[in-house]
Amino acid sequence: MSDSLPFGVHPSTIIGPDGNLLRPIPEPLVDPATIRALYGWMHRTRAFDAKAIELQRTGRLGTYASCLGQEAASVGIGHAMAPEDVLVPSFRDQGTQLYRGVSMVELLLYWGGDERGSDYAVPRDDLPISITVGGHAPHAAGVALALKLRAEPRVAVCVFGDGATSKGDVYEAMNIAGVWRLPVVFVVNNNQWAISTPRADQSAATTLAQKAVAAGFEGSQVDGNDVLAVSEAVGDAIGHARKGDGPRLVECLTYRLGDHTTVDDASRYRSEAEVARWRQLDPLARVGAYLAQHEGWSDADEDALVERCDDEVASAATAYNGTTPQPPEAIFDHLFASLPRELERQRATLLASAPADG
Amino acid sequence: MAEHTLLEAVNLALRRAMADDDRVLVLGEDVGVVGGVFRATDGLLQAFGPHRVFDTPLAETGIAGVAVGLAVQGFRPVAEIQFMGFIYAAIDQLANHASRMRTRTRGRQSCPLVLRAPFGGGIHAPEHHSESAEAMLAHIPGLRVVIPSSPRTAYGLLLAAIRDPDPVVFLEPKRLYRSAKEAFEDDGAALPLDRCHIVRPGKDLTLVTWGAMVQETLAAAEQLSGEGVAAEVIDVATIKPLDGETICESVGRTGRLVIVHEAPITGGFGGEIAACVAERALYSLQAPILRVAGYDTVMPLARLEHHYMPSVSRIVGAARETLEAS
Repeated sequence: MSDSLPFGVHPSTIIGPDGNLLRPIPEPLVDPATIRALYGWMHRTRAFDAKAIELQRTGRLGTYASCLGQEAASVGIGHAMAPEDVLVPSFRDQGTQLYRGVSMVELLLYWGGDERGSDYAVPRDDLPISITVGGHAPHAAGVALALKLRAEPRVAVCVFGDGATSKGDVYEAMNIAGVWRLPVVFVVNNNQWAISTPRADQSAATTLAQKAVAAGFEGSQVDGNDVLAVSEAVGDAIGHARKGDGPRLVECLTYRLGDHTTVDDASRYRSEAEVARWRQLDPLARVGAYLAQHEGWSDADEDALVERCDDEVASAATAYNGTTPQPPEAIFDHLFASLPRELERQRATLLASAPADG
Repeated sequence: MAEHTLLEAVNLALRRAMADDDRVLVLGEDVGVVGGVFRATDGLLQAFGPHRVFDTPLAETGIAGVAVGLAVQGFRPVAEIQFMGFIYAAIDQLANHASRMRTRTRGRQSCPLVLRAPFGGGIHAPEHHSESAEAMLAHIPGLRVVIPSSPRTAYGLLLAAIRDPDPVVFLEPKRLYRSAKEAFEDDGAALPLDRCHIVRPGKDLTLVTWGAMVQETLAAAEQLSGEGVAAEVIDVATIKPLDGETICESVGRTGRLVIVHEAPITGGFGGEIAACVAERALYSLQAPILRVAGYDTVMPLARLEHHYMPSVSRIVGAARETLEAS
């Protein structure tokens, strides 16, 4: 970030931390309805995270990775993509996934330990969540090669965190994408922490965006807490890739306000003062302030939105809690297209030994 | 019927698969212009063009991962890892992604890729060019591990692997690439996966092996026949999933079992076969199961590698030991 700008303000910032407009809203985002919709998606994402953590704390969900503080990046990426594009997500991209039509019940099923949660009704071509850090980046290159070979005007969008940029997998994927000018956009959600490792200990590179240069294409940084700036930057990169001009990398400068996951305790490795500083850059608050200042957004509007989101996540949680578990033998169901003889034997063993109540 | 080397058989199968199905793509290091370091993919770029055959950057994780992305999108990538000693960087992709995509998505997506790699020793190659790590791969759920032992099986099994809707690692015994010649018809007929092949029938003992060691084992069986011993030789062909029925049925008839493989003995796939027989056919055994395998040493360089590789005399010796055991 430039030294001449106040903390948390990047040259790309459109809506500043206090809701002020720092530069004109780009044409594709200028409709107030669009901004209200993006605000709604960020609230929905935050409400979903809160509900997921609540379910985890009460023993009804497994380990969960909240994206608290990163909603602008997460939703902005989703907004920048066309429905037919292919998302290759990491495990903290629920804002993008929800925006693209993955249901809350599916995400809860996944984090609740049920594989059916990755059988998305839509979008069918999006990849499932990758838990391996950066291991999914080469998949995005492969997906992009497939799209290019079929001459489809679609783009693969691969999202990962700052930690992933230290992995060879990510460099190999970017390098291949660069050589073959593939229609893929890599987005780094640089939330400053990879569990307990701060950004400064992750790489001596001044920016993560510059890693694209080594792969032969352009990388840029964007204010990751400004949903409009993210949508603009990622949208530009996607447009570039869609035209056949090759890959791009966008580094979203953001911050993980919560723990790495529900089994982490971030207070062990970072100061409350640092978190408080970033809390002032909250991606939701600035859009709320902007809407209040410019679009007559009232407290009643805010309350109604929050209530709608809470209702939505509550009914998703109810549906999730009421899901019938898979039968024990489901562990064999999709191992292969048809089960080999040896595995039929093992399946029979399971059926003979599994408790009736699963 | 024309005679073909194992290398030609691989090439013919790739050509046939690519001609039959335009979703079949070939990618890997040096597979295009030069046709592969062994020439297994020779002429494919010229025949099918740069939209079907891809010379990749030197990146094994990337090659395997790109193949996963292509496969998920409906292509049938056949990726080459230049030597098995370089496959370790691709194992993360195989174990964590390729083998799991169908399960992970409850069948919404699948991963019909083939990862080919030349494997095994005996060609006096540099370090890392002679490894036999099939057991590591066989330990991965959701992955098939297929190993031909001859030109005909290379052709038929590679076609089957490419047509299979799930990921297959296809390990080619490079010592046989040019030395093995066999007549077969290039008719597009696949051989069945998940089946062992009895390549020499016999009633006195069962010799189980795969890959290049099928040659040594057949030679041992021939030598034993001169001593009046009829050894049955089984080529496992698909080591995972294992066709335990064929092996146990054979041991049920012969009562004696020797397992031969080039890989280090501890944790080698021979142990799994021995366990399978112990579980299902122990009371048929008239002698302890023996293994003739590589030692638990680092694969030696060229000058000592012949001391490491199971030899005909070691196999014959083990066979005699089981025959004398009772």
